[in-house]
Amino acid sequence: MIRIHDADSVARIRESARIVARCLRMMAGEVRAGVSTLALDRLAEEFIRAEGGEPAFKGYRGFPGSICASINEEVVHGIPNAARVLRDGDVISIDIGVRKAGFYGDAARTFPVGEITPEAARLLETTERALQRGIEQARAGNRLSDISHAVEKEVKRGGYGVVRALVGHGVGRELHEEPQIPNYGPPGQGPVLRAGMVFAIEPMVNQGTGDVITLPDEWTVVTADRKLSAHFEHTVAVREDGPEILSRLDAE
Amino acid sequence: MAKEEGVQVEGTVIEPLPNAMFRVELENGHRVLAHISGKMRMNFIKILPGDKVTVELSPYDLSRGRIVYRYK
Repeated sequence: MIRIHDADSVARIRESARIVARCLRMMAGEVRAGVSTLALDRLAEEFIRAEGGEPAFKGYRGFPGSICASINEEVVHGIPNAARVLRDGDVISIDIGVRKAGFYGDAARTFPVGEITPEAARLLETTERALQRGIEQARAGNRLSDISHAVEKEVKRGGYGVVRALVGHGVGRELHEEPQIPNYGPPGQGPVLRAGMVFAIEPMVNQGTGDVITLPDEWTVVTADRKLSAHFEHTVAVREDGPEILSRLDAE
Repeated sequence: MAKEEGVQVEGTVIEPLPNAMFRVELENGHRVLAHISGKMRMNFIKILPGDKVTVELSPYDLSRGRIVYRYK
């Protein structure tokens, strides 16, 4: 069953998701050549705790970091590491989850480091647009796969590969709840969406093939052809009047 | 998050039920209610009590599954 959250629960999820959003904004100012992914992890954890939250990824199935920091061909789940230092022209995907008062928020964004190539910039733009297209479909009365289909359509339009081995998910009381939300598929399938559902929609888009490999560290997922990958994610609530992006700063 | 697919286990068909459902005893002794996959229906693969089958279990309800393969 997909959990339906009442207005009070959605407000709590929003609170956690806003911490994630502020933390990502802070990360945007720290991402630069010469910084290690472990340094970013430390800053993020400090920030989240100062806001009264806890990093939701830390210890999740044994994950050692507070954030997932994935550089270039790394798609997701990169482990923060003092030896992994950002270089000019890299792209880094930072995925952050926060738990506060028993409710979770989850969001991610791929940042450019210094000057990146126009090809890399286009990948980031397309991925963010694919996320937007998916979010637009998160409305009461639609079906779940309408989200999946909208994401895939935008990715295909850009000529990129969509990652099929990883999916979006419900979020709220747990970091990962039902349902799984693939980033591909035909429209009009799956459960009907209702107000009160909360989803983490997260397209992962590759420059080349959508196939991915998990490295021997059992976490880091990389593209099979080692080309670039981008990842944008928002926590989104389905409301009677349309989708609300909970992990966004505008309303502050 | 990583996609989680249903777990596949082997079992033996115990009895046929209405609506192309079957009771299947798994190797671990559990009995589950299983329907047959759409692909198997399309290809008219018949299932009889005693057949060895592969059942894909729902990750959410381990007492239900779908039969995805019948051994000859």
